Amino acid sequence: MMLIARRNFVCKFTILGLLAGLAFFSAVQSAKAEYADVVINNYADAAGMRPAVFPHWFHRIRFRCKVCHADLGFKFKAGGNKITMAKIINGQFCGACHNGEIAWSVENCSMCHSGVPGLPTHFHGSTVQRLIAPTYKPLETKQ
Amino acid sequence: MIIIKQTRFLSLALLLAVPFMATQVQASADSLSGVTAVNVASSVSAANTFNRNLKKDKVRNAAPPEDGIHDPANDSTHVLQPPLEAFEGFPPSDFGNYVDWVKTLDDGIIQPRWDRKDPTEEPFVMDLDIVRPVKASVPDVVFPHRQHTMWLACSNCHPAIFIPQQQANQINMSAILLGQKCGVCHGKVSFPITTKSCKKCHSKPKPADWEPPLSEATLKNPWR
Ligand code: HEC
Ligand code: HEC
Ligand code: HEC
Ligand code: HEC
Ligand code: HEC
Ligand code: HEC
Repeated sequence: MMLIARRNFVCKFTILGLLAGLAFFSAVQSAKAEYADVVINNYADAAGMRPAVFPHWFHRIRFRCKVCHADLGFKFKAGGNKITMAKIINGQFCGACHNGEIAWSVENCSMCHSGVPGLPTHFHGSTVQRLIAPTYKPLETKQ
Repeated sequence: MIIIKQTRFLSLALLLAVPFMATQVQASADSLSGVTAVNVASSVSAANTFNRNLKKDKVRNAAPPEDGIHDPANDSTHVLQPPLEAFEGFPPSDFGNYVDWVKTLDDGIIQPRWDRKDPTEEPFVMDLDIVRPVKASVPDVVFPHRQHTMWLACSNCHPAIFIPQQQANQINMSAILLGQKCGVCHGKVSFPITTKSCKKCHSKPKPADWEPPLSEATLKNPWR
């Protein structure tokens, strides 16, 4: 009896520790997302939508960087383009392609808005984030 | 005896947790062993674990539902393509997406468009290498325009990131690691800065008789 009680205690303790560990790890490193995935969440959360997730690897198989970053005017800065749905349905940013002609159209909300709620805007796997002591913040790049 | 049973319980707890957080478990193995140490052998200090600061990719190219940034509760998350399915047959590399994008493009395995609509438009590729001698012992840097102009327009770099004139730009590793100069892209989308990738940029070996310059402090060292 004693033994069982004790084991239960240990078991609970372990699960608690495990959960705490999991919460810690998923919050801090959003661990295993593909390199160069961008979470964009300037406004989405506030409007009750999941954050948007943009996969670079998927798009670079189909388009060179130049298409988005020169022709379509995406600045090299996560969250820096202030993308909104108004701009998208006017054919800017994601809307230059996600218009039912070049790629599936904008009513597929949850294809883009697929992020874990509450995640901040960030660039996954960047060298800066992976440094042991990121004591300095990335500076604004001049555009 | 008790210890054995407890350990079994620990692994049971682990097994129970697996379906919930399939791939997270590995990442938390460190914290779990911390807990085990406290419970089972309280004499081992949990503060002095092996490799306190080593970060490793425990899982490569995770599928969206397991990658920690996509919400598995969102139905469409399960429709998104897993990277490994797309990367089938791509030449591998040891970092970033674990794909050698330059080779993938050179070999014609992918044909990303240069124009949003017109699949026949070709990039203006410029084959001009810029050598940047490096004071330190690492090989000199060769910046190849060819691989860059296959992906990028001149205006992506000139003049906002680099003045188009040899040695007109101050570049050093700390700026790059901060996300400036080469680091605007390298460490974000193009291959990252890691021990295994140094030689991609630092590719021109120093002459055989090259010695690193001695520092002032060494030259003036009275105890030498
Ligand atoms: C092609 C991808 C894509 C699709 C499809 C899409 N969105 Fe968005 N949406 C974005 C991006 C990117 C943002 C900017 C996110 C941010 O900064 O918070 C955004 C922002 C938003 C915002 C907050 C900003 C604003 O405009 O008010 C809302 C609300 C929103 N989307 C709703 C929707 C709804 C509803 C749908 C479906 C009808 C939808 N989105 C479809 C990419 C998309
Ligand atoms: C289909 C469009 C598209 C293509 C193709 C594309 N990108 Fe991006 N890129 C984006 C979007 C969207 C963002 C995020 C912008 C935002 O959040 O406002 C981004 C952000 C970036 C950033 C900013 C990182 C930071 O510091 O925050 C860099 C650097 C970048 N891309 C480089 C590249 C490179 C290099 C390529 C080619 C290999 C490429 N991109 C191809 C759409 C694209
Ligand atoms: C230059 C054109 C272009 C732009 C700009 C663009 N996309 Fe896409 N996107 C595509 C194409 C083409 C596909 C593939 C459609 C298909 O598979 O039928 C795609 C697919 C996707 C997918 C699905 C990937 C998968 O796993 O199937 C997501 C998510 C996505 N885009 C998000 C975005 C977001 C968010 C933006 C804006 C920040 C954006 N895209 C901007 C062309 C573009
Ligand atoms: C990825 C960024 C990048 C792109 C894209 C790029 N360049 Fe450069 N370019 C550089 C760098 C870095 C240097 C070297 C600057 C230095 O040494 O300070 C350079 C140098 C030059 C120089 C000076 C060479 C010399 O001998 O002084 C010229 C001219 C030039 N680039 C033209 C172009 C043209 C034309 C294109 C488009 C076809 C282009 N570049 C695209 C990064 C780029
Ligand atoms: C605007 C974005 C951008 C900037 C800035 C940039 N690069 Fe690149 N670089 C790329 C892309 C995209 C590739 C293609 C390979 C990839 O994505 O990993 C590439 C590839 C390379 C390669 C070729 C690797 C191979 O496998 O052949 C070298 C070397 C390189 N970069 C060095 C540099 C150096 C050095 C600088 C700074 C002087 C620099 N790059 C700045 C985007 C950039
Ligand atoms: C994206 C290309 C790139 C990668 C990857 C890269 N370097 Fe560099 N490195 C440079 C450039 C450019 C310079 C500046 C050369 C000059 O003085 O013009 C530099 C300079 C240096 C210097 C001289 C000191 C300084 O800060 O200027 C050292 C040491 C160095 N790199 C070490 C490394 C090591 C170690 C790695 C791998 C972890 C690495 N580099 C990866 C591009 C790169």
